[in-house]
Amino acid sequence: MIDTLRLTAEDAAGLLERGEASGDELAGAYLDAIEARDPELHAYLHVVGEQGEGVPIAHKDVITTKGIPTTAGSKILLGYTPVFDSTVAARCKEAGLPILGKTNLDELAMGSSTENSAFGPTRNPWDPERVPGGSSGGSAAAVAGGLAPWALGTDTGGSVKQPASLCGVVGLRPTYGTVSRYGIVAFASSLDQVGPLTKTVRDNARLYEIIAGQDPCDSTTVELPEPVAIPEGEDLTGVRIGVPKEMNEAEGIDPGVSASVNAAIRLAEELGADVEETSLPRSVDYGLACYYLVAPAEASSNLARYDGVRYGHRAAVDGDLTALYARTRWEGFGAEPKRRILLGTYALSAGYYDAYYGQAQKVRTVIAREHAAAFERFDVLVSPTSPTVAFRIGEKAENPLAMYLSDLLTIPANMAGLPGLSIPCGLSDGLPVGLQLIGPQFSENALFRVGHALERALGFDFVPERLR
Amino acid sequence: MNGWEPVIGLEIHVQLKTRTKMFCRCENVWGEEPNTRTCPVCLAHPGTLPVPNKTAIEWTVKLGLALDCEIAERALFHRKNYFYPDLPKGYQISQYDVPLCSEGRFVVPGPDGDREIGIVRAHLEEDAAKTIHVGGAAGRIHGAEYSLVDFNRGGTPLVEIVAKPDVRSGEEARRFLQLLRQTVIELDISDAEMEKGSLRCDANVSVRKAGEEGYRTKTELKNMNSFKFVADGIAVEVERQIARYQAGEEVMQQTLHFDPQTGTIAPLRSKEEAHDYRYFPEPDLVAVAPPADMVERARAEIGELPAARIRRLEAEVDLDLAYGLVTSGRDALYARVPGDDRRAVANVLMNQLAAAGVDPAAVDGAELGRLVAARETIPRQTFLDALGASADPDFTADPYLAETTVSDAAALDPVIDGILAANPGQVEAYRGGKEGLLGFFVGQVMKETQGKADARVVNERLREKLNA
Ligand SMILES: [Zn+2]
Repeated sequence: MIDTLRLTAEDAAGLLERGEASGDELAGAYLDAIEARDPELHAYLHVVGEQGEGVPIAHKDVITTKGIPTTAGSKILLGYTPVFDSTVAARCKEAGLPILGKTNLDELAMGSSTENSAFGPTRNPWDPERVPGGSSGGSAAAVAGGLAPWALGTDTGGSVKQPASLCGVVGLRPTYGTVSRYGIVAFASSLDQVGPLTKTVRDNARLYEIIAGQDPCDSTTVELPEPVAIPEGEDLTGVRIGVPKEMNEAEGIDPGVSASVNAAIRLAEELGADVEETSLPRSVDYGLACYYLVAPAEASSNLARYDGVRYGHRAAVDGDLTALYARTRWEGFGAEPKRRILLGTYALSAGYYDAYYGQAQKVRTVIAREHAAAFERFDVLVSPTSPTVAFRIGEKAENPLAMYLSDLLTIPANMAGLPGLSIPCGLSDGLPVGLQLIGPQFSENALFRVGHALERALGFDFVPERLR
Repeated sequence: MNGWEPVIGLEIHVQLKTRTKMFCRCENVWGEEPNTRTCPVCLAHPGTLPVPNKTAIEWTVKLGLALDCEIAERALFHRKNYFYPDLPKGYQISQYDVPLCSEGRFVVPGPDGDREIGIVRAHLEEDAAKTIHVGGAAGRIHGAEYSLVDFNRGGTPLVEIVAKPDVRSGEEARRFLQLLRQTVIELDISDAEMEKGSLRCDANVSVRKAGEEGYRTKTELKNMNSFKFVADGIAVEVERQIARYQAGEEVMQQTLHFDPQTGTIAPLRSKEEAHDYRYFPEPDLVAVAPPADMVERARAEIGELPAARIRRLEAEVDLDLAYGLVTSGRDALYARVPGDDRRAVANVLMNQLAAAGVDPAAVDGAELGRLVAARETIPRQTFLDALGASADPDFTADPYLAETTVSDAAALDPVIDGILAANPGQVEAYRGGKEGLLGFFVGQVMKETQGKADARVVNERLREKLNA
């Protein structure tokens, strides 16, 4: 009997290698778990159940998969079946990972709770009354709930890190440019990155190794400066850890979250790390505001292709072209994409460009410099991933600004194009707390090393208490 | 113009004949079955990304150098956002504030010496698809029953050249265009055929009082698809504007369409009216930094420019012949043909040799020189036959030169007398005032002598005899 709740991807690979389970048996165990628990969790939009000899995987439904519907959680893409594979899906296929299914998300990756999905919310395996975070909530819930050994998500403002935090799993947002965006339904091109969601840091490094590296189809990708190292060590001797004051003392951070994070920081010190307080004042002050100009601006342009002419939803309109566009988009997009299209269109408009989009790009440079200066002194910066643990479904649904604050601490590093790893570091009120580790560009190996050592020392049990 | 000065700014689009499209690998061809040269990238399927065509960049640099432009060290692509079915992404990837080429000039020899037309910029962009509107008025979308889109052209590379408003007449605009066309043909980067749309010209036209500072309201003349239409359209619009001012009326800023059949100008209902294109840097692409070796290679491939050759030739022939030779690509052969009478050489090249349809590159200049020198002394038909054969391998003028014209009056008189005797009616009519019949008699003599009679002598003798 395969315990999918407990089994890591490395464990699963071990079963296959040793011949203790066949690929079909392994995938079958996950499909059984999906059948048993997904009616409650709704982590999946499509269950595919491919056969194969490798460790199966779930893809967030913005990841284009040839011949498998890809909706991006939006009605605008209902009926669309891609004719090509995204680069990450192709690399997973080459690595022999069969697809379990496509996971739920906030519509077009816009949101922090997966409540914005046009197909209904996903529930948190730790407490089904609560959100799994977002936008990669389906992937995080699938891994936490034993419905997939590992999964891919995408992260624009924190959409891998934050749901990983809320679901008690490990999530990596890689350095911008290390993972191809080819075939990822675009939200904000200068910020979107694909990242793995896994039960352990080692699993995470293994999946990152499969998907990372330059892609001729994505001009913004680069070759990794060094190969991915699967972490092994358990001490942190000589690692310089900075604790940005503003990110650890920001208004709105739950005391329980702070307590867990502080405990993890003390543990790092015990493992040999040099820990010191530091400061990123402007990144925290301006990061969020800046993000909500850049991301909607790019989104307003990226979403223009959904016009009902070539694929996806087309409104039944008798009339002129403008009516076809307007009706199709009115019916196809939910409230959040509409809100961001309006924000972004405004930010790019003649007469406003310099004050909004132009200014935000300048601030972005300031944020990058501030981080670069910090990394002259530190190898890693730490903070909570999310200011809170998983909140109740519906709690923030009516208040977009409160929802946006969920990404307050993940956004600054994203704006600077830097990698960030979220690992579970404890519980607050019985719900997981995530620790965010941020490093300079291409420092994924360092993040894996620190994350792995802390993971071992923390001994966090990733199986949700109510399912043990 | 009675004191009015036309001010004309040209915008030229040149379609590059690269093997593949600008941002995908689809074949870049003209005239194929609609929608057979498409892929997910140029159809803007979700998640697809552009990959720039290096050849297109190199060719644009080459053209920029020929236009004496500065080449940007780091040029940027921007998105130009608007909705239209010919634009599948909802934006066109173009260039905005940092184009590949800027600040150049293009010399146009004219009757009053060289005119230097400033070049504002030459930038690279992707072409839109082709829309075909069925039903309704004149192939416009307004009032059409339905519209079809052919994406074969969508995403093909296009260079836009914007000239400063330095052109002063429709004729000058025509010369500018002819020279530009010849330049891109010699650079071997485009077919530059106006009928096919691979060379397109729009003109911004205004007029002002001679000596007046600044510019008055301009109109935009769109899509004139031949050199003649460019010259005629501008001339008509200039006259229209002058007439309005002279009648005490104003000129309205609008987009106009020149109808060459009626020679009239009408306002065009345009998709581009009053648009805010919300330009912003294309986040899916990195800056284009043309490498120094590429720029040098491009520079080395540029030969002597057509304008410089026209200036040299103008001293030997006249301006029109010089333009004709150079813009038909016949000036290389002209240079290889010896002979003191340069105008005669030029005339033969531009008229009879062109009519014979032979490839100038295959013609032996020395042999052709012998033919031109003998053009008065050999029969006309023999001369034309020789030109027709002049591109054959191993062509020699000898057998043609052996046939001489019969110019001896003593030899021709019996033939002429016979003709007159055989046509008493026509002789009567001629003498009665129908002098146009002279051609008839000349023709009869030529027929009788198998074209060997010297037409000048025949004319003389006929007149003399008929008027006797
Ligand atoms: Zn294509």
